[in-house]
Amino acid sequence: MSAPNKSYDPVEVEALKPEEIERMRDEALAAFAAADSLDALQEAKVAHTGGTSPLSLANREIGALPPHAKAEAGKRVGMARGAVSKAFAARQAELEAERDARVLVEEAVDVTLPYDRTPAGARHPLTTLSERIEDVFVAMGYEVAEGPEVEAEWFNFDALNIGPDHPARGMQDTFFVQGPKGRETESNVVLRTHTSPVQIRSMLDREPPVYVICPGRVYRSDELDATHTPVFMQVELLAVDEGLTMSDLKGTLDHMVQALFGEGMTTRLRPNFFPFTEPSAEMDMVCYVCRGESVGNPDRPCRTCSSEGWIELGGCGMVNPKVLTAAGIDPEKYSGFAFGFGIERMLMFRHNVEDMRDMVEGDVRFTRPFGMEI
Amino acid sequence: MRIPLSWLREYVDLPATETGRDLQEKLVSSGLEVETVEQLGAGLKGPLVVGQVLTIEELEGFKKPIRFCTVDVGQANGTGEPQEIVCGARNFAVGDKVVVVLPGAVLPGDFAIAARKTYGRTSHGMICSGDELGMGDDGSGGIIVLPPEHEVGTDAIELLELVDEVLDIAVTANRGDCLSLRGVAREAAIAYGIPLRDPALLDVPGPNAHGYPVQISEPAGCDRFTARTVTGLSPEARSPIWLKRRLQKAGMRPISLAVDITNYVMLELGQPLHAYDRSLVQGTIGVRRAEQGEKFTTLDGAKRVLDAEDLVITDERGPIGLAGVMGGANTEIADHDAEAGTSDVVIEAAHFDPVSIARTARRHKLSSEASKRFERGVDPMAASAAAQRVVDLLVLLAGGTAEEGVTEVIAPSAPHTITLPADHPDKVAGVTYGRETVVRRLQQVGCDVYGQDNLTVTVPSWRPDLADPNDLAEEVIRLEGYENLPSTLPRPPAGRGLTGRQRLHRRVGRALAGAGYVEALNYPFISDETLAKLGIEKDDPRRTTVKLVNPLSDEEPALRTTLLPGLLEALRRNDGRGSHDLALFETGLVFRPTGDEPQAVRLPVDRRPTDEEIAELDAALPRQPRRAAVVLTGAREQAGWWGKGRPADWADAVEAARTIAREAGVELTVRGDQHAPWHPGRCAALSVVVDGEEILAGHAGELHPRVIKALHLPERSCAMEVDLDVLERAGTGAVQAPRISTFPVATQDVALVVDAAVPAAEVESALREGAGELLESLRLFDVFTGEQLGEGRKSLAYALRFRAGDRTLTVDEASAARDAAVSLAAERTGAVLRGA
Repeated sequence: MSAPNKSYDPVEVEALKPEEIERMRDEALAAFAAADSLDALQEAKVAHTGGTSPLSLANREIGALPPHAKAEAGKRVGMARGAVSKAFAARQAELEAERDARVLVEEAVDVTLPYDRTPAGARHPLTTLSERIEDVFVAMGYEVAEGPEVEAEWFNFDALNIGPDHPARGMQDTFFVQGPKGRETESNVVLRTHTSPVQIRSMLDREPPVYVICPGRVYRSDELDATHTPVFMQVELLAVDEGLTMSDLKGTLDHMVQALFGEGMTTRLRPNFFPFTEPSAEMDMVCYVCRGESVGNPDRPCRTCSSEGWIELGGCGMVNPKVLTAAGIDPEKYSGFAFGFGIERMLMFRHNVEDMRDMVEGDVRFTRPFGMEI
Repeated sequence: MRIPLSWLREYVDLPATETGRDLQEKLVSSGLEVETVEQLGAGLKGPLVVGQVLTIEELEGFKKPIRFCTVDVGQANGTGEPQEIVCGARNFAVGDKVVVVLPGAVLPGDFAIAARKTYGRTSHGMICSGDELGMGDDGSGGIIVLPPEHEVGTDAIELLELVDEVLDIAVTANRGDCLSLRGVAREAAIAYGIPLRDPALLDVPGPNAHGYPVQISEPAGCDRFTARTVTGLSPEARSPIWLKRRLQKAGMRPISLAVDITNYVMLELGQPLHAYDRSLVQGTIGVRRAEQGEKFTTLDGAKRVLDAEDLVITDERGPIGLAGVMGGANTEIADHDAEAGTSDVVIEAAHFDPVSIARTARRHKLSSEASKRFERGVDPMAASAAAQRVVDLLVLLAGGTAEEGVTEVIAPSAPHTITLPADHPDKVAGVTYGRETVVRRLQQVGCDVYGQDNLTVTVPSWRPDLADPNDLAEEVIRLEGYENLPSTLPRPPAGRGLTGRQRLHRRVGRALAGAGYVEALNYPFISDETLAKLGIEKDDPRRTTVKLVNPLSDEEPALRTTLLPGLLEALRRNDGRGSHDLALFETGLVFRPTGDEPQAVRLPVDRRPTDEEIAELDAALPRQPRRAAVVLTGAREQAGWWGKGRPADWADAVEAARTIAREAGVELTVRGDQHAPWHPGRCAALSVVVDGEEILAGHAGELHPRVIKALHLPERSCAMEVDLDVLERAGTGAVQAPRISTFPVATQDVALVVDAAVPAAEVESALREGAGELLESLRLFDVFTGEQLGEGRKSLAYALRFRAGDRTLTVDEASAARDAAVSLAAERTGAVLRGA
């Protein structure tokens, strides 16, 4: 093995002189700094770090140095190249940021432009209100029961203890269905006047206990005006079980109005008369609008409750034992409670609807704002 | 029932400070629906006095006759001088006593009186009519002329009882007893816990043999008939002011003394009464059923043809009254002004079967004060007291003489008793009242109560509505206060939520609303003419409709067999109101009778009907499937800054059906069809498979131009209707999860040329079948027609995506599958690969 060429001085190699390497580095840094676009930077990169760039060429010279000089020269060139590539990266990041900023500005749009390409649809608020009420009871364990709208009089009247001579069977309330020719008025079929026939059908279909909620369309021969409609939506409830009491009825009503209208709402029962319940009651709820604060307060009159503090909801009571008997349930063993109300009025005061006709005319301007649920 | 508070106080000593509103609150809470409390004479301020007309000067030259009067008002005007008053009424003469309001007074309605110039004179006050004083109709048609005995200068506010409160009570059908002062007074007495002075507690002479002869041949319809006779009524006797005023306040019009007295006693005791002119009644009074077709004229002048079920009061000649409803013109009491005033009367106080009266009143569309009471139940035990009260008043006020004869025909009956456990009210209420409270409350109502744990309760004669234990429970609970019931919740068994049908119904609504449709809930009333306008032929089952006996409008007597008429009407209405881009939907029942439905049977109610009986009832009802339908017009997509819009077309209608089918988890088969009301070239029949059998579920497409014209709809309106119940039955149940392959997809496009008449659905189904299991999906991305294809040809371009679950497909494998697809399409539809 021959001894190293001690006499070889790296300084003698021109390209590896420290000042030379510093110059190459500075030129590269200056070129990067001068590059004003990513393309120019790319050119400068090729010129100053590419295979034929002065620093690359200098790097190749290192191999020719004697071992003791290699380390020092290598370190010097390495540091220079490191600085160059760092400077490139920094400048590239800078230029890219500039470009991005410019492009994103150019691509900016007016996000306030309206977009009504496909206008939204909506479900009718009576449908969604009915579902809302159903859900309150479904959550308690009730079933939703449905039935025919063209109904036999036995289901609509007789079974509900509304005998043949009850005034409600007269021509003023009920739509009667025509029978066959020659016996037009003897079909014994009507458009149901309430969803109570569904209660009867539910009791006939099931063994007690029976807990059902019966929503649906019902018919009364009133002319359409701002507060009446001949076709309306009713929700009725029936519970038949051992030991049910009128206090259970009251509690169930209280729960419903709280679920629908919020904490603190309550109901009031007033004695009334219905053939299908005994005892019977009229049910009121605290006025949703004024919460009773308009009572005796002429400065704050309430149109919704006429400053009575209460809104009439509908009728309720303990199922008349005769009704249970007709539906095949032993009234000695079981008792039941029931209530029913039209939901049009509830929609009116809950959502400030002024005219009942808006609910029946199908005007999209009325229905759209209600969306999918209420 | 209108209850004047001043009158009510005659029977109960209410605290003097108690107002009508206070009483209202008490009565409402115990179960009487007091709707309003009217404040009579509110804001009324005197001086309002009795005056006597001294002179009358007729003023000429005005549009209507005017009188200038001087009226003596005593010292009421402070001077004692005659008061000068201009008056437009003419129903008075010099010397008449009248009611004069003087300057400074205020009449109801904030009408301040002052001296004022009118018709060229100065009027210092007014001569008043009943109307101006808020008294209601007194039948005079002008100013009030008072009986001569009242002194001039007397305060008329008190004399005419102008200040009072009147409770208006909506009496429920079970509380006939509260159609009287007596009944309401009893409720008030219970509510305040004070005694009642029962006006029916009168001394009544017992029946004897010299009364007017009465023969009841229909005891089932009339179980009690009391007849009394009063003779020698003075022809000059008039109803005194207090009597007239009470009638007016209770809402009745004074007529003549005898009639006013019978009405007064009816209001007081609840017993309808009738007075016959004795000189016009011939022979025995009878009660029987009418003969079918028998003719009779009632007091109101109406000629009536009677039914064999009607109960009539008769004399020897025939009917003299429609029992319990209205008397006859032939025995009417003559007014005192008539030439031959009635001097002798026979008074009838009877009790009739409520059902019979109700039917007669309904049959003849004749609801009277009497029938209203008999229908709801009248106290039979009060009949003789009521007759006595009329006799007493006729003697007192008309100077008559009561004949000794008292007729009472009574069918024997036992009082109604109910037995119930003493804790039954507790069990109904869910409150422990205890036996003592229960007994006390029932006694307050008028019941006789015996027994300890089991009570035997005899209900009072005035409460025929108390028939069952629950009726008695209600009495206890209402008197203890409904407001005192606690709030408890029952514990239903754990529920299972909505049924599949109910969930589908909701999903369909949400999906359609999500797709831009707005729900409309339309009335189901339609006309046959509308169905004809829809182009539905006469023999189409949709023309067989349920018809109403009493429709709201004779133009729409039928029920819908399709949802489209209502939806299209809503579409037209919206369009007319300026909304032109519309997508509406409805879900609801349609009514599809066969036309052969039998009459519904009448089942008993004292037991559960058998399953066969229920089935028989249901057979009388039409089929009532639930449908979903949409209608569309205008732009489905709006034009805007993003580009062009897109008009709604047949394809949107079909897509709406697919949207619904997706919710039902059902695959819809679409075929071209010709079906009203759709355009014959743009109508799709939609069918599904139920239990392996293909069933038609509905139709979709563009409406027929003739239909659009006939119904005045926007051009090119589209519609879809499907049967939700059919879709629900077709539902395939739980979705089976697909296996997801992670190997690469191989895509192959093919363009096939077929005859224009070949349905794309057939080409697609052939491609799918031919491509086999490797086909992952297939999509038609272009339909092209043009000269280079030749007349009557079209090109369908499909993208086919192939993938295997276990390997990467080679190009050859994918091509082979494609070729198989194309060749089956060629075989089935004559398709030719384009460019091949």
